[in-house]
Amino acid sequence: MSWINAIVQGLFLGGLYALFACGLSLLFGVMRIINLAHGDLAVLGAYGVWWVSTQADVSPFLALLAVLPVMLALGYALQRTVLARSLRGGELTPLLTTFGLAIVLQNALLQIFSPDVRSLGPSVGSLSTGSWRITDQLSVPYLGVLILGVAVAVLGTLQFLLQRTGFGREMRATAQDPDTAALVGVPAASVYARAAAIAVAVAALAGTFLAVHSTFDASSGPTQLIFAFEAVVIGGLGSLWGTLTGGVVLGIAQTLGAQIDPQYSILAGHLVFLVILAGPRGRLIAARRAHA
Amino acid sequence: MTTTAAPAPPGAWSVQRAGLASRIGSSALVLVAIALFAVPQVLSANVVQQLTSLLIFLILAVMWNALAGYAGLVSVGQQTFIGFGAYGTIYLTQRGIQPYFAVVLASLASAVLAAVLSLIVLRLRGGQFAVGTWVVAEAIALFVMLDQSLGGGTGVSLQGLSGYAPEVRRAFTYWLTLAFAVLLLVLLFLLLRHRTGAALQAIRDDEDAAASLGVRVRPLKLVLFVLAGFGCGAAGALTLANTLFIQPQSIFGVQWSAYMIFMVLVGGIGTFEGPIIGAVLFFAVQYFFADQGTWYLIALGLAAVAFALFLPRGLWSLLNDRLHVQLLPVGYHLRRRGARPQSSARET
Repeated sequence: MSWINAIVQGLFLGGLYALFACGLSLLFGVMRIINLAHGDLAVLGAYGVWWVSTQADVSPFLALLAVLPVMLALGYALQRTVLARSLRGGELTPLLTTFGLAIVLQNALLQIFSPDVRSLGPSVGSLSTGSWRITDQLSVPYLGVLILGVAVAVLGTLQFLLQRTGFGREMRATAQDPDTAALVGVPAASVYARAAAIAVAVAALAGTFLAVHSTFDASSGPTQLIFAFEAVVIGGLGSLWGTLTGGVVLGIAQTLGAQIDPQYSILAGHLVFLVILAGPRGRLIAARRAHA
Repeated sequence: MTTTAAPAPPGAWSVQRAGLASRIGSSALVLVAIALFAVPQVLSANVVQQLTSLLIFLILAVMWNALAGYAGLVSVGQQTFIGFGAYGTIYLTQRGIQPYFAVVLASLASAVLAAVLSLIVLRLRGGQFAVGTWVVAEAIALFVMLDQSLGGGTGVSLQGLSGYAPEVRRAFTYWLTLAFAVLLLVLLFLLLRHRTGAALQAIRDDEDAAASLGVRVRPLKLVLFVLAGFGCGAAGALTLANTLFIQPQSIFGVQWSAYMIFMVLVGGIGTFEGPIIGAVLFFAVQYFFADQGTWYLIALGLAAVAFALFLPRGLWSLLNDRLHVQLLPVGYHLRRRGARPQSSARET
């Protein structure tokens, strides 16, 4: 029974990873870049929510409503300043600039907020600790359900935006061929900026849920970036529902690993990722990219 | 490269590999290398230890540049090999192998590890390769931390060097580091001087175009990945020999990648001379500012972003664009026969 419980907990953890992976997947899908500062932007969002909620003494979820527009604007500005210029420098430049940015962000957060480990869990009351008990060993945490629900909602909204709206059509056109899209009146720069704004805002959302679910500090970003990337690759690139599957597979791998021994938890996730990369699916990833 | 509107008569152009500057430059580098071997006879043990860490930075910068500057592989996971080389040395000395011999063996083992890992990570390109190598580094660090005989998460010290007097030990470590640095520079020089050099630069500029011209991309990337694995493994093992103590969090830490990116970007990516300048500069920056903590790292990150955006070819390009010098003859230069040399014509 404890194994079934581990799988259920993994499912909910997977919701969190899918939320982290969402912004990464979107930027990769539209701009073909991997934002190495993704995890640190998420942690920045978490610090923002923590700061607002302690200053104004409100619930983190109310604070999130104030922080999200700021993060949208930050993502937009990030694209307009750093990323747009990097993209002109070739395929590798965005990696170098976002990695530099990640280091700046991590150390700036460390300088401002000290190395203390924080959590938003205590400020949401019973939501963070409570659960429905199904049987003795099987329980369904409120927070897990909330996070998974938010992940499904965010992914569903993005999928709807991409497939059914004019904005999504522009984004898909730019992803396929920015020059041709520009010829028919879709400026790549503005599409990219909107994609980056959404990606950074969703990252901040994910960072906030990480902070409510467990703890965070200035150096939490890289780990979250790695988990997000693993979820994207496990789920298959370029598919948002695949990202959800990837997150859930990663989450379940980690909780099953932890079930054997807590120190195997993260290692199990890495191994699943590497096995999938080494297997026939990995070949598929390489082949698809060669034609992209 | 279009040259003139009027087609030059055949035979009016010649391809030169070495000019006066590169003859002087390469002789000077050889002399510097020979002079460096004499350092422990002259200078104090403390200086020797500092120079050893400078040479380790040099090895790292040159290896990262070989990957990113020539094969177009931006790795954020070279700490895999740094850590593997260091822990490989620990593992071998625990089994009774002489430490300096263990350093060499562990570097070779890192090359083997690179060959094995290449099966997985060389499937990836661009950003995926970057994060993929990082995941590998994290996974291997976790494996090492699981092994209690390697000190677990708390770290481990190198045994077996206590028989040497400190000055002698530092001198030996220095000589071995210098030997590795020279060997790796020579290997890379030969690789670039050979036909593969042109192929590698073609891959760097456009991988698909290079492949369509018949450049065999995969084997060349493999060669550089294995070479970089060897070099970074050596750097890790030598770091251990220099400091005698390592912790998994720091030897497998991603800050190594930050240092490498900084050195190569500032010096000049994709050039032979750039990483050498970058390593010397980074060593100086670290020597004077490392005690500033987070501000120092913020400045490093900002400098890396600024160089990537505004001076993507680094400090070396400033010098190179004005003087057209190349310290080592790894390129090809078109010169008009009988006319004034290009470099003097462009100096105005």
